[in-house]
Formats: sequence, C-alpha cells, structure tokens
Amino acid sequence: MRITCPHCGARDAQEFTYLGAADLKRPDGMAATEAAMTDYVYQRENPAGTHRELWYHGAGCHAWLVVTRDTRNHAIAAVEAAKSRKTGAAA
Amino acid sequence: MSGQSFRLVSGGLVDRDRALNFSFDGKPYRGFAGDTLASALLANGVRLVGRSFKYHRPRGVLSAGPEEPNALVELRSGARREPNTRATVTELFDGLDAASQNRWPSLVFDLLSLNGLVSPALVAGFYYKTFMWPAAFWEKLYEPLIRRAAGLGRAAGLEDPDHYEKAFAFCDLLVIGGGPAGLAAALAAGRSGARVILCDEDFCLGGRLLAEKREIDGKPAAEWLAATLAELENLPEVRIMSRTTVFGLYDHGIYGAVERVGDHLPEPAPHQPRQRGWRIHARRAILAAGALERPIVFPGNDVPGVMLAGAARTYVNRYGVLPGRETVLFTAGDDGWATARDIAAAGGKVAAIVDARGEADPARKALADKLGARLFAGGVIEGTRGGRQLDGVTIRDASGATMALACDLLAVSNGWNPTLHLTSHQNGKAVWDEALQCFVPGTLPAGLAVAGSAAGHFTLGQALEDGARLGGEAAAEAGLKPAAAGPVPMTDPEATALQPIWRVKGAKGKAFVDYQNDVTDKDVELAAREGFRPVEHLKRYTTLGMATDQGKTSNLSGLAIMAEQTGKTIPQTGTTTFRPPYTPVAIGALAGHHRGKEFRPVRLAPTHDWSKEQGAVFVEAGQWLRAQYYPKPGENDWLTTVNREVQAVRAGVGLCDVSTLGKIDIQGADAAEFLERVYINGWKALPVGKARYGLMLREDGFVMDDGTTSRLGDSHFLMTTTTANAGKVMQHLEFCHQVLWPELDIRMVSVSEQWAQVAVAGPRARETLRAVVDPAHDISNEAFPYLAARAVTVGGGIPARLFRISFSGELAYELAVAADHGDAMMRALMRAGQPFGITPYGTEALGVMRIEKGHVAGNELNGQTTPRDLGLGKMMSAKKDYLGRLMAGRQALIEKDRPSFVGFRPVDPTQRLRAGAHFIGIGKADIMENDEGYMTSVAYSPHLNHWMGLGLIKGGAARIGERVRAYDPVRNGDIVVEICSPVFVDPEGARLHG
Amino acid sequence: MRYSAFSLLAQAFRGHKGWTPAWRDPEPKAEYDVIIIGGGGHGLATAHYLASRHDITNVAVLEKGYLGSGNVGRNTTIIRSNYLLPGNTPFYELSMKLWEGLEQDLNYNAMVSQRGVINLYHSDAQRDAFARRGNAMRLAGVDSELLGQEQVRAMLPYLDYDNARFPVQGGLLQRRGGSARHDAVAWGYARAADSRGVDMLQNCEVTGITMVGGRAVGVETSRGPIRAKKIAMAVAGNSGRVAAMAGLRLPIETHVLQAFVSEGLKPLIDTVVTFGAGHFYISQSDKGGLVFGGDIDGYNSYAQRGNLPVIEDVMESAMALWPGLGRVRMLRHWGGVMDMSMDGSPIIDTTPVDGLYLNSGWCYGGFKATPASGFCFAHLIATGEPHPVAAAYRLDRFATGRLIDEKGAGAQPNLH
Repeated sequence: MRITCPHCGARDAQEFTYLGAADLKRPDGMAATEAAMTDYVYQRENPAGTHRELWYHGAGCHAWLVVTRDTRNHAIAAVEAAKSRKTGAAA
Repeated sequence: MSGQSFRLVSGGLVDRDRALNFSFDGKPYRGFAGDTLASALLANGVRLVGRSFKYHRPRGVLSAGPEEPNALVELRSGARREPNTRATVTELFDGLDAASQNRWPSLVFDLLSLNGLVSPALVAGFYYKTFMWPAAFWEKLYEPLIRRAAGLGRAAGLEDPDHYEKAFAFCDLLVIGGGPAGLAAALAAGRSGARVILCDEDFCLGGRLLAEKREIDGKPAAEWLAATLAELENLPEVRIMSRTTVFGLYDHGIYGAVERVGDHLPEPAPHQPRQRGWRIHARRAILAAGALERPIVFPGNDVPGVMLAGAARTYVNRYGVLPGRETVLFTAGDDGWATARDIAAAGGKVAAIVDARGEADPARKALADKLGARLFAGGVIEGTRGGRQLDGVTIRDASGATMALACDLLAVSNGWNPTLHLTSHQNGKAVWDEALQCFVPGTLPAGLAVAGSAAGHFTLGQALEDGARLGGEAAAEAGLKPAAAGPVPMTDPEATALQPIWRVKGAKGKAFVDYQNDVTDKDVELAAREGFRPVEHLKRYTTLGMATDQGKTSNLSGLAIMAEQTGKTIPQTGTTTFRPPYTPVAIGALAGHHRGKEFRPVRLAPTHDWSKEQGAVFVEAGQWLRAQYYPKPGENDWLTTVNREVQAVRAGVGLCDVSTLGKIDIQGADAAEFLERVYINGWKALPVGKARYGLMLREDGFVMDDGTTSRLGDSHFLMTTTTANAGKVMQHLEFCHQVLWPELDIRMVSVSEQWAQVAVAGPRARETLRAVVDPAHDISNEAFPYLAARAVTVGGGIPARLFRISFSGELAYELAVAADHGDAMMRALMRAGQPFGITPYGTEALGVMRIEKGHVAGNELNGQTTPRDLGLGKMMSAKKDYLGRLMAGRQALIEKDRPSFVGFRPVDPTQRLRAGAHFIGIGKADIMENDEGYMTSVAYSPHLNHWMGLGLIKGGAARIGERVRAYDPVRNGDIVVEICSPVFVDPEGARLHG
Repeated sequence: MRYSAFSLLAQAFRGHKGWTPAWRDPEPKAEYDVIIIGGGGHGLATAHYLASRHDITNVAVLEKGYLGSGNVGRNTTIIRSNYLLPGNTPFYELSMKLWEGLEQDLNYNAMVSQRGVINLYHSDAQRDAFARRGNAMRLAGVDSELLGQEQVRAMLPYLDYDNARFPVQGGLLQRRGGSARHDAVAWGYARAADSRGVDMLQNCEVTGITMVGGRAVGVETSRGPIRAKKIAMAVAGNSGRVAAMAGLRLPIETHVLQAFVSEGLKPLIDTVVTFGAGHFYISQSDKGGLVFGGDIDGYNSYAQRGNLPVIEDVMESAMALWPGLGRVRMLRHWGGVMDMSMDGSPIIDTTPVDGLYLNSGWCYGGFKATPASGFCFAHLIATGEPHPVAAAYRLDRFATGRLIDEKGAGAQPNLH
C-alpha cells in the first residue's frame, strides 16, 4: 500500500504504524463512566467498507493521520492529519 | 559426448559458435548459447526428463515456457541445488549440471512406477478414506511412507552460498512482457518521455516473435524487433529488465518482481547477487504477458514426445531443434497448422494432421497435401504408444474408424489462454469469452491495462495496436505529451479459428488433466460424483492445479470436464483464482540481505567500543547490543563476574551505560498537564530541577511503561522510558497529543539517540563525579539531593545533565552528554573513579541490584499486570483523570486474590531459583486449580549469598513468611520458598541518601 | 457409505462408480431447530457435535460459498495446546484430545499428525517466559518440554546456530502438537453431520437476521427466508458483519493474515517450528510443500489478501532461522481474514439478543481449536450453559476485566 502523508507525500505503508478506528471519542474526565470507557476501549464497528482509521508516520514526520480506506479492497479515499482533522465524529 | 542429432543445421537464435557443455543425470551433452536446458536436451534427443508425482510415469518436455509441468529437474549440486527447476526456462550455461528427480533408483528404472499397478486404488482423495486403522499407525507407518513418496525434488538443505538483495523502483509505466504488445507499449510511452520499465522473464526480448516466422511491414519480424530494441535502448527514461519476472500485483500499484542476475552463470559474478527482489511502484502498468497454450485430455497424453504445438514451433524456430523426426499434429484450430508448416519447412516430416474440427476447407486440404501429411478432418487421437518415448498414436477418424500411425512427436494444439494471472491477484475475476473460448481479464485493478494476447487479442496485429494505444495513454496519464504516433505496423495475415475440445471421450487409458499432480479425467469425474463440484472443492480434493505450475496447463480442462459432468457451462462451473506469485519465487530473493547477523539492524550504545576494549560480553536487547558483564582474566563463569561487579558497586563505585533508555523531550505551557494525563501519579507539583518516578498505563488499565521524568524548566520535561518501549511510548505520547488532546500546548521529540547516559552508582559515586563535573556546579548532598536533576557542565564547559536517580539502591547518578561525547565521558569517569576502584558493570549486575531492591522491570511489566498487582497502587492518583484509570478499576482487576508482587527466598539457601516457576501450596496437587502465581525474576545476591526472586502470588504481601513450592517441572525443579518482602537490600533506603 | 481400505479396494474394482456424494445437496427447509451460520471448520464441527453428542439433528449449516471456504481452508494447519493462561489451556487440550480421536469419530482421515511443535527461544527472558508456559501446561495436564540449545540442535540441525543475529538458545516442545489436513477436517465434519441428517446449504448467504420482539427467529438468505429456534454464528473473519445484522457491535477487528506454501520437496523438516526472534512458523505437509506464515498485515481488512512488506518480513525471518531455504521457492501465498479480538482470545457465548449464539474472535488460532470450538459451542446451544472448559470465553469479560491476554498486548487487536 501507499499512503499519501499530507506532510511527506506518497510513501510506502511500511513507514507507518496502524492503530485502528479513528473516530472513537475518549470519555475524558473524572465524570466518565466505566461502561462508557469499556465501550471506547473494546467495542468496534469493524465495517466491511469505508473505514476511518489512524496511522502513525513513525518513519517520517511522526504525524498521526486519519486515513479513509475501504477495508474490502484497500483503496484509500482521503488522508488528513489527525491533529487538524476537519471531518468525522471527533472533529 | 553425444551429438546434437536433433539440431537443425541452420536457423534459430542459438549461437552455433558458442558450444556449451552440460550434463544431465551425470551424462555429458553439448548445447549452444541461447539454448534452454530443455532445448539442449531435445537437441540431443533426450526425451525422458522426469517422473510424475504420484504414478511415477515417464514424462518429457511439454512446453517451452514457464507453464512446464513435466520437465522439472534438480539444477546444480551441493548447497546450490535447486529442486523443481523448469528446464524450459533454464538458460543453458557452460558446466550446467542437472539431475532428474522423484525417481529411484534411476529415471529409466523407477521402482515407484509400481504405483501405476495399484493406481486403480490411488484415485483422488483415496487417503481420506483409509489409513485410519489402527490410529497409532498413521504417524508411525502410513504417513512416513506417504511423505517419502511425495514431494518432488530435494532441497539442498545447506546454507545458501549466494547473496540476494532488494531494490526499489518508481516509474510512470511498467510494461510486463517484452513481446510485440509490450514492446509497442514501451515504445509509445518511451517516445513521449515517460519513465518506463519493461520487464520480461525471458533472457531475450521479443516474446512469441522469437518463436514464429512472421512479417511486420513486409519484412521479417526480427528486423522490426531489432529496430525497436535499438530505439528503446536509446531512450534515456526507458529501462529494460530481462530475466525479470513480475510475479505479483499488490495494493496501490506496487508490483513484486524478481530479477535473475546470476542464474544464467555457473555462479553469480563477484559482488553480484544471485537474484534481486524488486518492489516497483508504477503509476500505470500494462500487462502484455501473452498467452499459454492448452493441451488436450486424451489417453496417453503424457508420453514423452507429446508436446504443445506452439512449443514445438518454438523449438524449431527459436532454438533450431527438431523435437521429432516424424510428427503428428492434433489440433482443434488454425494455430496448430503453423506448427506443421514450420516443422515441414525445417525439414521435418509431418505424417498426419488430425484436425478435430469437421470437414476441412479446401485451403487446409491443399496445405496438408503440400506438406505431405495425411489429413484427418474431424478426427481425434484416442491413444498413444510408447513408454519412455512416443512410438505412435491411435487416430480415430470422423467415421469412427481407428488406425495406428507411427510417430515420435505428437504436437497438440487446443488454443491459448491469456496470461491474465496478475489481473486476478487483487481478487479480480476473469470472465469467459464464448467467442474466444477462453477466460479473459475481468474487472481490472486500478492502474492496470492489458494488451495483446493477455487480453485475448491473439493476432500480432492486435498486439501491436493494443501496445501502441495503451502505451500512449499511459504517457498522457503521466502528464506527458504523446509523441506523434506513426501508423501501426502491418502484419502478414494469420488465422485463429478454433473449436476447442476438452477431452477425447470413449477411449481407454489414463488421460491426464494435471500432468504434474497426476490428476486424470476420471479423478474429476469422481470429484463430481462425490459432490466436490465447486471449483475450489475440485482443486482441493483432486489437487488439480496445486502443483508447481499452479495449473497453468490444467485448470481450464478440469473446469470443462466438471462442467460436462454437471451439465453446466464452464463459466457457471467457476473460474480459477490465480494467486501470486505468477511463477514460484526463491525465498532468498524476497529476504534480500536480511539473514545471519544482518537479519535486523544492530544498535550500539555510544560507549560500545569502550566496552569492547574492556572485554565485555554483549547481549541482544531488542535491536541493541548491550554489555552484559565484563569478565576479568581468571573469571571462568558469568556468576563470578557479576558477583564481583555487584559487590564493587555496593562497596565503591560502578559505571553502566544506560543510553539505551528512551528519552523524550516534552515542552510547552501544558507539558505538566500532559504528564498528569499520561502518568498515574501527579506532576504539577514537581519542582523545577527535580526528577520523579512515573508509571503509565495503557487505556485498558495495565501497566505500559515506567521511568523517571525530570522537570528541567517550568514548561520543560525530560521523560525516560524503558529500553524496550522507547519507540512505543513515543508513538503513544504522540497519539495522546495529536489524537486525544490536540488542544494541549505541547511539543515533543525523541532525544534517545542524542544523549549518551551513564549510571554512576555506589558510595563513592559523588567523589567520582566531583572530578568530572566542572567545579562551578555544587553537587554536594545538600545542593544536589536525591532526585535532583539539573543541567551542568563537564570537562571544562561541555554541556551535560546530571540526575540523582538510582536503580541500584545506592547513592547514584546518571550523567548525560551529547552522544558523540559518550565515549570520552566514560573514559573520564573511569579515570576519575580509579582511586575508588571504579568498576564497569553490565546488564546482569544491573538486574541483580534492581532485584535486590525490589524494583519492577520488563519481566514484571509484561502487559498483564496492573499497578496494584505490582504493589504500586498507592501511586494511582484519585484526584485526576489519567489514561487507564477507569479500566484498572474493573471488578476482576481489584479482586483480593489476584496475584500480586512479593519477594521469594529459597528455604534451603543453597537452592537455585528459576523464573517461570509456578507457586503451588505445599502438599497440594500439581493441578491448574492450585496454581497461585509465578516467579517473574530471579538473581543470585552476593549480598545475601543466596538466590532471591520476585514474583506474583495470590494474596501477595499479606502472606509474607508463608512457604510455598516453586513448581518448575520443565527444568526438574520443585523447591520450597518463603514469601518475603521484595526489597532484599537496604529496605530503609538509607544508601540512596548518602 | 463407510470409508475403509476395504471399501476403497472394492470400489477400485468397479472403477469407483459406486461412491456417493460426501454430503447431500438439499433444499432449505422452512424451519430448523438450529441454524448454524458459517460452513467453515467451526460451524461444521458444531453441527457434528450437536447431532452426535446432543442428538439435535434438525440443523442446517448455511454457507455463503462452498463448504470449508473460510479459514479452515486457508490456514497453516498447525494443531497444538501449548497455552499459558488457565482460561485457554484446558480448552485447547480438549481440542487436542478430540483431534487424537477425530478419524475414528468421523470415519474420515484428516491426517492428524502429532509430529511435535517447537517454539524457539533466543534470550534468557524468553526462556523464562516459555518455562512459565510449559509449567502452566503441565499443571493443565498438557505435555511440555523445555529444551536447551543442544537438544534443539539435535532435532533441527539445519537452523542457523553459529551466525545468527538472535541465536537460538532452546525451545519449548509439545510433542503431541503437529498438523492436520485442513480441508479434510471440514469435509470430515460435513460428511459426518450430513450422515446424521444435518442439511448442508451451500451458496446460501445470510443477508439478514429476522428479529421479533428482541429475539432472533430466523434469517434472510440468498436462498430465501429460513426460521429457526436457535441461530448460531460461526463466521470468524466476518463476525462483525453478521453481528451487525442483529444490531450488535463486537470487541473484534477483522484483519488479514497471509500464509505461504513452497514447491513440493522431499522430506526436509519433521516438526512444526516457530521462530522466537521474528514472526515465522513452518512445517512440511505430507505432499511435501513447506507451509509457513508470519504476522498479520496489521490493518483492518476483509480483502483476503495482503501486501509485500509482511511477505518480505516472513521471508527474512525464514532466512534468518534457516539459511538453507534461500533457493526453495515460494509457490503460492494467500490471505485469510481473521476475527482479531481485543484480548487475543475467542468468544463462545450467548448474546444480548435472545436466540442468537456467538462463536468468534479466534484471531489466527482458530484451526487448532476447531474440534473443541464445535464441541463447546454445541454444548452451549444445546444446554444454554457454557461448557466448563470454555467458561472463560464470555462476552462480558471486557467489562469485568477477566481478560485472557496471553501476550499481554492489551486492547489492540493487531498486536495479538
């Protein structure tokens, strides 16, 4: 696979490390419940289709990226830096 | 030496001035440069080249290309022996030695051909139905017999003496196949200035042009080929890679290829690899891989001397070899006739042409007459004669009458299958073309186009046109202005009519569908009868298409026979999925140089050379090589050395490189807030100039890592991590910042490799440092107390950082300088410590002292422990949120009987403890239900003069003083231990503050 | 009909004309007592044990493709029970015992071959971790031996002992481990279940789960709707997709794992060997191919194919372990999709949806679990209670913290 890093350009996916779903929202703060945290830590949509996911450009700029990729054929539709993301549930 | 009695006196592309000596099964032969092993064997009249997998039937050369199922040999010998090598693609070199395989004692007399006698029982899947009784006999008797009989060639089993390398390339257009379509494509794109890579698996470019007598623009095709190659070689952005197989297509336009750099030589040239594995990133690619000819299934279709008609033509036209003196052609279409024509033109005799199609048209009749061949229109071959070599065939004519005819070559033509393998590597399904009677590429992977025969466009004219058009499109895609396209060259006419026959029915004898795995038409019928009808069941049950040729010549026949059995059409029956690689790839080529010591990079501490001088023994710690201990002359076992090192530290002063620890520089107004969230303990109150031990959790509540973090300024912290987790923690912190809390005003950078850091530990540590740290810096106990952390200078103004932290429990410091100064710092400290008997110590002594102090390390931070498990629950702040807080409090993780951290000592002090032992109550049975925990770390304490251990046990500290068994049956250990405090030395911590 | 050497010989004289289909090809009934979604190894084994151990035979196995088209036909065929944690070891040991009697139980030769599984270690810490595991195995009644370098060298003389980046120090051996012929396992279970009346419905893709009042009462399929009293999912790799039909989210991600086979070779390696300093395991099939694999690609995928970085990583480990493999050719590589669970261990449980049973999360260890998975799942479906050896495989363990995390990798599926 090739991932087009917004900072570094198109690079082999080997330069990146995968984490998982990008749009999980951490229940921050002392008021968060154990149930909500369990859901955040463990439950996944795991779609067969469009998946927004986090990749870390560890061999490059160290940016965490939100990659929109189809899990059925690996086609990548979009890549953006997580820190300045403009789309998605956590935006 | 045998003469090349089947070599034509002239013609072909072999270099008759360069004779090459080679041997097959120990017998010497001679061939020419430009030969393959197969063509050279055929030139010498060698027909029998192998034995089949199951029935050990004699087999000869079937094809002239990568699809070869029969002519597999063990090439070379000794450590360079390569089993299952296809003679048809093995370029001949002087001194080549090859041997037949899967036969015993010899190719001619193969005892396992007796399998043929019991072959009625050895049908598809027979082994699933028997060998079940008695059960114990499977491993002891049946299976060893089966294993010995199975398999093909023998691997060398010895270390491969050759080298391999990896290479990467980028291009606008990758052209796969250097036949007419590929050359036309490369030319069109190359003329536009596109970066083109043209790969061909053959050692000569030209594809079928090398094997056919064709004309382009009214001249022999060879002239067009020469001119095209000359122009391509002069185009600066075109790279031609022959002997290079593009074996697989991967995501986003990445192609795997293997270049055979030295396989055509006795040994690779000096400083050259044998093969090179390529990862080619191509914006666009054109698959111009041609087509593979199909055999016909009829009884006896495997006798040596039965050959694909196109291959026979190749041997005549390209290699100047007559593959038989007396030829019968069995064809289902026009293409086979070209073989009869070319053989006759080369002086061979064509005895008969059996064209399975009905009444022949007058032109064919006339041609048969001209060739002097008897024509059997509407006839079929229903049997062959001959054991190790074809003697003759039985022809059944259109009326049903049969007759025998002598011949030594049966050329078989049944149309061609597009070489579309790469189009299905990304799960693309081929589609059936009813008109062409073959599968053609279906949905194409992004960026890939298909040209020529590979697309089912079987004429030379179509190939040239496809190539030119698609090559031009690829250039335009790359943003280049297409070069003025000349007219597509004209070609001589060719006929491609075809009515394929999948098998000849109503005849007796074994008719092979898959030559290599000995799958017959009867096996396919059996699969149908037993319900193994889906194509994947057919393959898996009969092993059809699972051999080294991956069914290149057999898959379609198998499908067709299954279709016939089930009353369905071929496309209803299924398609076959071609999995990568297109042809088998040597494991070495994909591994490159990553073997032996170069398997993974080696990281060396800044003081590595110094440690080496000191005679250190090194140990792998992840990618690092760390000094494990420093034996002195006369110390014959590691424990003596380690004991000395530990005692030296506790009595005087010692030195240990700790540069491998991760170091992360964190700055920003929210730096303290950030640490609050990633560590379980508090950070906001940490004063500038102080260090603190920190513990961080994964979000699931288990410990991730620990280390000391120092506050170097209000908004400036330096975090240390364990060696093993340096990269992981950096990634984690970047995640926390960029993904969880992008609003925090912080920046961070790894400085692990920028600083060399040395622990100076022991009661004389301060005195030692005093001579190294510049006098301007007060490092007295009062001015620089325990956990002080400050910038200092050393050696007269060299910037350094000094931390008063201790892993050993002694008065200890860590001194850091720029990595380049690490070696000098080490030597300076050694000089400074000389009066105090300073002693370098390694990771073993470090481990002993940390166990003596009850500090947790990697064995305890194994991803399965929580802070509470490790006795560090008190560090968990109740006043703030931090990663892992909620999950660490889950019901099962706070249960009382969860194993927790304590120390252990052997009741008999002479006994040795071992990590990995489980704890079982004394007198309790050795069963899982009685398992109370396990020993995580052990060491011999020279301080206590006995072994000591750390571990996790149910009930933990509440059970101090109790005795349990340390159960270790895998090392024959079972000893009584007493549960004790994990701190074995200086429990009050007095030494720290000295 | 019964399979034996005698029946094979008898058929040989008749041109094998008398063999009958290994299983029927029935039309779906309107309703079954139990529907098993997924005609892979686990689903077929479940059907066999429901019929043979619980006398529940009004059962259909629904398979979207052909029987055995999932991971049972895509794995590296290793069987073993060398697990560390008490939640796992007894389960895998039950599986091993069922493997040991499988041929006789099924009247089908699945070529279960106990040629031994050896996990190599390359450091003191790894040795101690393996000792911990070996000891845990002994406590659970599983055979295990911790070998030193010389013992390993005697068994596996061809490995790189002298020039290795991470020298082999020894290994943990389970002699009863080994391999089995993967397709035959699926076929054997299918044939045995069919013989007791279970319907094998191929090309029958489940497209929806019919719910009435919060209860699952049937499925929509490509062959029409089918009602059922109980619906059991055994669709590892696709658990997320099917669970979503019942409105469930799972602690699972789907990942691709690649596997490899070499050209057929004369016997070269007699045991199953796993490298401890990289991701690599290897054995040799009865046909002669070296079967090997490595790590998952590491990203969510349903594509059943992977990419070159992992392929190269596997080959590098192969060469590092065994430099004699350089000239051996890789014949084929392929990918299967795995249910990677959040703690690396499976789930066999009821679900919040009444009537819906879940068997999932096998990560890349599903093949060896096939018999026990079917056995315990059948027990759960038949009795409503988890089988004692599978009692830890509950869905609520993520909430309670009763995780079964062998590797200690935490809630990140691609690290397990």
